[in-house]
Amino acid sequence: MTAPVLEMRNVDKSFGPIDVLHEISLKVNAGEVLCLLGDNGAGKSTLIKTLSGVHKPTRGEMLMDGEAVSFSNPKQAQELGIATVHQFGGTYPLMSVGRNFFVGAEPTKGFGPFKVFDRQKANAIAVEAVQNFGITRITDGDRLVGGLSGGERQSLAIARAVHFGARVLILDEPTAALGVKQAAHVLRIVNEAKRRGLAVIFITHQVMHAMAVGDHFAVLIRGAIAADFRKGEKTREEIADLMAGGESMADLEASIEGYMETHDGHPPAPQH
Amino acid sequence: MTMESTSQTSQPARPSTSQAFSLGALFRRPEVGAFMGMVLVFVFFAYFGYDRNFLSPFGTSSWVNMASTIGIIAIPVGFLMIAGELDISIGAMVPAAKMSMAVACGYYGLPFVVGLLITFGIAFVVGWINGMLVTRTKVPSLIVTLATLFAVSGLTLFLSLLLTDTTSQALTSPAWAKSLFGDYHFWGFQSSVFWWIAIAAVLYYVLHLSPWGNWILALGGDKESARNAGIPIDRLKISLFILTAMAAALCGVCETVLSNSATTTTNFALIFNCIIAVVVGGVLLTGGFGTVAGVFFGTATLAIVQQGIGYTPFDRNLSSLIIGVMLLIAVLMNDTFRNMATSMAASKKGK
Repeated sequence: MTAPVLEMRNVDKSFGPIDVLHEISLKVNAGEVLCLLGDNGAGKSTLIKTLSGVHKPTRGEMLMDGEAVSFSNPKQAQELGIATVHQFGGTYPLMSVGRNFFVGAEPTKGFGPFKVFDRQKANAIAVEAVQNFGITRITDGDRLVGGLSGGERQSLAIARAVHFGARVLILDEPTAALGVKQAAHVLRIVNEAKRRGLAVIFITHQVMHAMAVGDHFAVLIRGAIAADFRKGEKTREEIADLMAGGESMADLEASIEGYMETHDGHPPAPQH
Repeated sequence: MTMESTSQTSQPARPSTSQAFSLGALFRRPEVGAFMGMVLVFVFFAYFGYDRNFLSPFGTSSWVNMASTIGIIAIPVGFLMIAGELDISIGAMVPAAKMSMAVACGYYGLPFVVGLLITFGIAFVVGWINGMLVTRTKVPSLIVTLATLFAVSGLTLFLSLLLTDTTSQALTSPAWAKSLFGDYHFWGFQSSVFWWIAIAAVLYYVLHLSPWGNWILALGGDKESARNAGIPIDRLKISLFILTAMAAALCGVCETVLSNSATTTTNFALIFNCIIAVVVGGVLLTGGFGTVAGVFFGTATLAIVQQGIGYTPFDRNLSSLIIGVMLLIAVLMNDTFRNMATSMAASKKGK
């Protein structure tokens, strides 16, 4: 068994006196989709930011390929292959597809100080990369991204991350703002990324979408992992109930129990 | 980019792009709108001002000269606006540069080059302060530069009185400096016209050809994503503020050398003129989009209206009315452009 691509061990994160994440333990393997489910305010964004190097964990450790890593900024995480794609895909509506694709890593031609952005090369690579992900509607690299659908923008961002050597893809609510058809689009892209051997962390609050692509699920409630299970171990209703935890006292208790369970060293050990 | 990319997209070798060329390509280029606006305004004034020599060398240089002093600053201000920021402290930076030149070289008799170093040094510091305040405090740049506008203007007045006991100062420049910064050349063109063209050319390269242009556009398009993409956004912003202050200083130097004198009067009209030129030039107020050529044409349009009105039988005061209406049309066109850019693709998908 190879070590997980990315692993968090008992990670805590607090901002001053406020604890946001408690004892988070997660791992994701290559070619696997880990779905992080949680309602608003469950600590999902803090978790993403910790994973992608924006925040440093207060306690606990992070490992890549079994070796401890520590990021002092997002750039370091990116260099190690952790790419984060946000809801709107980190795309710039009034820039062309080609320019969007290469923001921060522009291909240039020319010599000496007179380097020129190689528009044709950028467009060609961008269009090809996106088409490889099955988005055949994008044929013109000069097109403005503002004219693409939400799903196409997500695909562009994911294709971009993969092109620049991402090994771990963190998708922050990629389907939240999309219609059914567009969401299906993005889910296909997620599957394609998985097929290519990327480790995907898929953050969502839509159980349906998580069920469609996930291999492994973790439900986050109030900054702690309330449940951790593999595909097929829980029904959609059970997951939805779990996620709704915190709405009533009964659910709150259940969530604390769930947390205690993982906390006491009895996480449902995943089989690999 | 305009000419090259137009010809490239229409090449038969890339058939997928040619069908979308006609309209789609046009909407991506707001400088086309700015250019048409300029031509329209030019034709209007050429017609009504023909009898009064609007088209003569003297008539031409009168608006080109005016355009150049605005244009030197307007393009960097446009860059800032593309990056999602604004700098109105230019209105105080210009007189500050003028006074520092005149006090250093005119009053203290320092060599011209030393005066230049002091002036651009001051501009660098003002730009740096603007940039640092905006990036560190997250206070909107309009407020930050409004504060520095008054601070710099007050400091200019205070220091002028403290050092020279006057608010205006004469300056005699050596011949080479006169010719380089402030003399009338053929057709009555000022030296600043050549600076304007040179700055436009260099900044055209920066925005449209170099990788930095991509960074500026991305910064204005989505700051967070730009940061995530590894762009040093704070450093980029600070550099743009410094660039703008330096451009304002260059404008001040040119004006002082030309008129052989400087006064401390804050140039509020210049602030508005720059913003109008940039917006008429098709730069989005909210950032993320704009072109150097557009700002260039926008500046020319503004200057034609302001100077051209004197060559027509119309009342001079009407020029402000025309500019107001023009500005409104330009902003409406900006909005329409943004919607078009989005809906164009939507209709394309049907094909």
